[in-house]
Amino acid sequence: MKSPLALDPVLHFGPVPITAPVLVTWVILLVLGVGAAAATRRLTLEPSKLQAVLETLVTALDALILDTMRAKPGPYRALIGTIFVYVLVANWSSLVPGIEPPTAHIETDAALALIVFAATLVYGVRTRGFLGYLKTFAEPSWVMIPLNIIEQVTRTFSLVVRLFGNVMSGVFVVGIVLSLAGLLVPIPLMALDLLTGAVQAYIFAVLATVFIGAAIESPAPVPPTPQPRTLP
Amino acid sequence: MNNIIQVVSILAAAMAVSFGAIGPALGEGRAVAAAMEAIARQPEAAGTLSRTLFVGLAMIETMAIYCLVIALLVLFANPFVK
Repeated sequence: MKSPLALDPVLHFGPVPITAPVLVTWVILLVLGVGAAAATRRLTLEPSKLQAVLETLVTALDALILDTMRAKPGPYRALIGTIFVYVLVANWSSLVPGIEPPTAHIETDAALALIVFAATLVYGVRTRGFLGYLKTFAEPSWVMIPLNIIEQVTRTFSLVVRLFGNVMSGVFVVGIVLSLAGLLVPIPLMALDLLTGAVQAYIFAVLATVFIGAAIESPAPVPPTPQPRTLP
Repeated sequence: MNNIIQVVSILAAAMAVSFGAIGPALGEGRAVAAAMEAIARQPEAAGTLSRTLFVGLAMIETMAIYCLVIALLVLFANPFVK
């Protein structure tokens, strides 16, 4: 049986090997980019069906960001929305025969989680300043500094492993059942995979929102004695 | 010798998944039960509750997924099998 951790290059650009997940990712990027450009080409005040769907998506996204971060959703909508839509389409790309979802390989998930990690650093530094962001590592007291640093690494790692494990196990189980039982038998499992894929995309987006929100948030515990605080 | 290592690896992978699933299963059961009770008491907070529940469940489920990944490492990327 083929290891889910192994990857074989399908073609070479000079010395650079290109693997199947990269190709699928490029196709998804192309489809999403062209689709988004075409869908938002003629926006009208009286929305068509497609525009209504897109507006519902963006409104739900804004509500999610507003609820989780308690900040204006403007600067974060593009990142969170792209992550959600990309992971959703990538998870569901297994519906196309012969295509394995790129998120079923750990490299894609690692790239996504590194993007989220970099985004937390960038947004944290941008809203609090460099020293201000460094100070959040010493909350609630300096004893927590090592734990806070470890937390940054482990939560990024858990983001990788969660998406990889869920999507890969779905693909793996479908493959095993297909080889044992035959054609058309794994269809219920594939339906379950669709649900798992949607939930995982949602969770990835929510966790990205939570992490960025934690980086930009003012410290949650209010000091017991009321003292004047200057808001940034 | 190699054969024994493979047999032990398969046993270890099965044990990792089976025992590793017990804790998260209990935890998820408690979390869902608590969320159900909370929604029954306060149905208007169902949106916030279910969102928090989903995120919490994903966190708990990660523990089981860790075990699955360890099992896969033992099966497919075992450093002791040549």
